[in-house]
Amino acid sequence: MKVKVLYLASLREQLGATGEDLDLSPAVSTVAGLRTLLMARGGAWQSALAQGKALRVAVNQEIAQPATPVKQGDEIAFFPPVTGG
Amino acid sequence: MPVRVQTGDFDAGAEIAALRRGNPKVGAVASFIGVCRDANDGDAVSTMTLEHYPGMTEKALEKIVAEARTRWDVVDVLVVHRVGELKPTDQIVLVVVAGAHRSEAFAACEFVMDYLKTRAPFWKKEQTPKGTRWVEARTSDDEAAQRWEPPKSSAA
Repeated sequence: MKVKVLYLASLREQLGATGEDLDLSPAVSTVAGLRTLLMARGGAWQSALAQGKALRVAVNQEIAQPATPVKQGDEIAFFPPVTGG
Repeated sequence: MPVRVQTGDFDAGAEIAALRRGNPKVGAVASFIGVCRDANDGDAVSTMTLEHYPGMTEKALEKIVAEARTRWDVVDVLVVHRVGELKPTDQIVLVVVAGAHRSEAFAACEFVMDYLKTRAPFWKKEQTPKGTRWVEARTSDDEAAQRWEPPKSSAA
């Protein structure tokens, strides 16, 4: 299952990555599952995405929750709480 | 209900004039302008860089404006938000609400700003004498947005 993942603002800097195309196994079916998968990379991934970190996730440019499903072709963005205005 | 994200400055007077031009239904116009300050959290700020999530930003702003229009009877709404590098005294954001009466215009304008601060994907990074840093989200902004949430246990 191919998805596009984006890392924005301070998270992009912490991870040293703007985003990537991933081919997920069927076992990864939610936002929470994807976050766990990325954390398993260790290092900055483990610390920046750790539970308790204030993180927001959008699926296809709509704010998502941990239980939001992740499907083929989705664009999933991880970012810190917003600070515009 | 136009929303715009742009690097260039805006002319609030011209935007307001354009929004209500020739519309005799408009009896009140409320506007808000957010401006870049020269200090934040006790440090001097020389430059502020605004980043956003192209695509989602416009959708989020349109959703906020649509939500405002379901809550208040307003004639038109405009949101202009700048991105890129800004200096103290530069304008950041403009919200204009045109309505029949002032109460709706004031309320809708404040609502759009409160929701924008907590729901539109913009991030500020500031340059201070200590170096560059990302601006932290404020709980006071969350509280301001929550004022507009419907009561959890409605008696109705």
